Amino acid sequence: MKQHRLLILLVVLLTVLTVTLVAAQDAVELRITWYNDGNEGEVLRELLDRFEADNPGITVVLDDIGYADPNVYHSTIQAQVEAGDPPDLARVNNVALFIGDYLDLRPLVKDATYYETSFSEAVLNSLRAGENDTGIYGFPLQFTITAPFINRTLFEQAGIEVPSDTRDDVTWDEWAEAAKQVADATGTPFAIAYEPRGHRFWGFVISEGGSWFDEEGNFKVDSPGFRTAAEKLIGWNQNGLSDATIWANLPDGPSLARDQFTNGQVVFLYSGSFAVGGLANAIGDTFDWSAVPNPSGPGGSTGSPGGSLLVAFAGTKHPEEVARLMDFLTQEEVLAEFSQRSSFLPGHLGLAEKGLDYEANADVLKVLSAEIPKIHEQAYRLQYSEYAFTYNRPIDNRLSQVIVGDLTLDDAIIAIQQDVDEAIKNAQAG
Amino acid sequence: MTDIPYDKPRVVRFRLPLGFLSDLLHGAMHLVDLVVVPVQRRLGTQRMAYFFVLPNLLIFAVFILLPMLLNFYYAFTGGSALYPQDRPFVGTDNFEALFNCQNVFSPNPTTCQEDIFWRAVLNTGTFVVFQVGGMVLFALVTALALNRKIRWRGFFRSVFFYPVLLSPVVVALIWKWILQRDGLLNALLIAFGSDRIQFLLDPNWARFWVIFVSIWAQMGFYTLILLAGLQSIPAELYESAQIDGASSWNRFRYVTLPLLMPTLLVVVVLSLIRAVQVFDQAFALTGGGPGTATTYVVQYIYNTGFTSTSRQAGLAAAASVVLAGVLMLLTVTQLRLGRRAEVEET
Repeated sequence: MKQHRLLILLVVLLTVLTVTLVAAQDAVELRITWYNDGNEGEVLRELLDRFEADNPGITVVLDDIGYADPNVYHSTIQAQVEAGDPPDLARVNNVALFIGDYLDLRPLVKDATYYETSFSEAVLNSLRAGENDTGIYGFPLQFTITAPFINRTLFEQAGIEVPSDTRDDVTWDEWAEAAKQVADATGTPFAIAYEPRGHRFWGFVISEGGSWFDEEGNFKVDSPGFRTAAEKLIGWNQNGLSDATIWANLPDGPSLARDQFTNGQVVFLYSGSFAVGGLANAIGDTFDWSAVPNPSGPGGSTGSPGGSLLVAFAGTKHPEEVARLMDFLTQEEVLAEFSQRSSFLPGHLGLAEKGLDYEANADVLKVLSAEIPKIHEQAYRLQYSEYAFTYNRPIDNRLSQVIVGDLTLDDAIIAIQQDVDEAIKNAQAG
Repeated sequence: MTDIPYDKPRVVRFRLPLGFLSDLLHGAMHLVDLVVVPVQRRLGTQRMAYFFVLPNLLIFAVFILLPMLLNFYYAFTGGSALYPQDRPFVGTDNFEALFNCQNVFSPNPTTCQEDIFWRAVLNTGTFVVFQVGGMVLFALVTALALNRKIRWRGFFRSVFFYPVLLSPVVVALIWKWILQRDGLLNALLIAFGSDRIQFLLDPNWARFWVIFVSIWAQMGFYTLILLAGLQSIPAELYESAQIDGASSWNRFRYVTLPLLMPTLLVVVVLSLIRAVQVFDQAFALTGGGPGTATTYVVQYIYNTGFTSTSRQAGLAAAASVVLAGVLMLLTVTQLRLGRRAEVEET
């Protein structure tokens, strides 16, 4: 009897094992390499759960590998790609790094025209290998723009009017002066925190009348506008308007700047739409804050564009399932929910035009959305160039050296030009 | 003899299944025999040593030797591709770029092609001189104090050794909290009516604290080595010196120091090698800043190869080869000094 029972148990176990193995062979697992700025990972996870429910047999894993340094993040993916074992999909913003390694979704998705009409041509082109390449390799998860944020409570406490509440064309100097007055009146340690990244500095230079390209279209750093913007930034750090620690410690600088703002230690923060979710979570109801239009100057008023894309890699073993997931995620209502709940500006043209009913931070996102039409052509050129990342880091590295007294501004300008030229030469070498 | 009735104990005691474990071990040994015996028959007893070190040699070859050789090859290539076959050969261009500097003592972009490399070299040189000097001095003083019959000697030995057990990043984060603008040290300064000092913003203060924290974190290890050296000095020598009327200073100068010299040399060379490789702790504490004030050679290599926009792996590899040369020189020095000390002892 006992042997009989054991035999039955063994048969049952073997059956379960066989069924599980067969099921496991049929199941497809898609992996997305990911990072989070705010809560977007949680929101996406819920959307993916819905996709999984509608598509039994496909599971999607989000691999959050952090984004402490953009180059390290992208290097991790690059190593996987070059080793022939890329993730199926990834959230990237240094898109030029992987050109030629993307999966062309055009023959796989339900309606390729939908992608072409729903997303910016410049963004889709940034993934393509050349003019003859018409592939569809991914889509923008979000559109970002750099912009200032202010602590409104401090302005109220100081009894000083927010300059941009009454007029649009507030200059950098006027903002600096107003922030200084508020800081002085309220005993706030710092007036301005400027995130130490070259990308955040592109718009400042353009608004001061600077140009980033010479007549032949080559990157050129030295211009009166660059010098004016750099001198202002250096001055704020040297005169105590800004905490120079932010620029002195580049790896931690952006988080330090945001921490100062969320802790009420600074009046004016220059960051961007990518920071909204994180700032809102950290600030909560502690004080009133808002986004304000980019300061203006002789060159106008512009922020720097940006954003991250969800791309598919050609090395995936499941191209059809990847395309099915892309079709799901690019649906207007799915993207609307993703953007609304993540406090993201949508990369979908239709949604951008209609506007979104954000669950939170609606006022902040409204101001930021209004900044998008003002983006200068040069800022787009910098962002969607294959050397976008090359135009970024040398600027903050060298300006940091000027701020702490390692270099003069003249030497820094020479150094940025050399660093960028050398990096382009290295990239072109293969 | 009658049986004594007794109640069965209610507590069920856990007994180690030693018999089962022994059988398991026995079985495992049989499995090992299945492999080892035929190999031994084929190779002979003498050559079995190679068989036993083979796993370790393989790990060494794959994870150390191969990357070293690859790194050497990378130093002569350019571009940003990862795989060696995709990287164009550029000869000695990377080394020429590194050494193309008119004034290595005042590097800037107008005089040096890789000015940050030379800044890193100068910073590393300064770090090595002050960190090793300070480390040896403080470790020696501490070892001398802990070698005396003082109260709570065991406690103090533990206290000085404790930081060695901490991860370098943990050490850096703790000190960062102490030294930052609103950190503990500034709170104390303000409480005593002093002005706030930006310890991590002023280049000289940042350099000082990187050296101080490094000494604090590593000193216990070298103190322990020196303590072992001090305890190996025969007590009779001190007694003789005392009988001869030698003062404390003379006993230290003519007994302790000469006999401790071999151990001191080991400490100096070991700490030198470690100081040249400074990176993790300093990077976590200051990020290499302010500016490049605490950027050392290993961080330059890391930045150039991994975090720079174009990932100049060739240039980074060339700087690694230069650093390896310096480390090799120091190691050879250590070996020679060690051999000389052995000869003198015999």
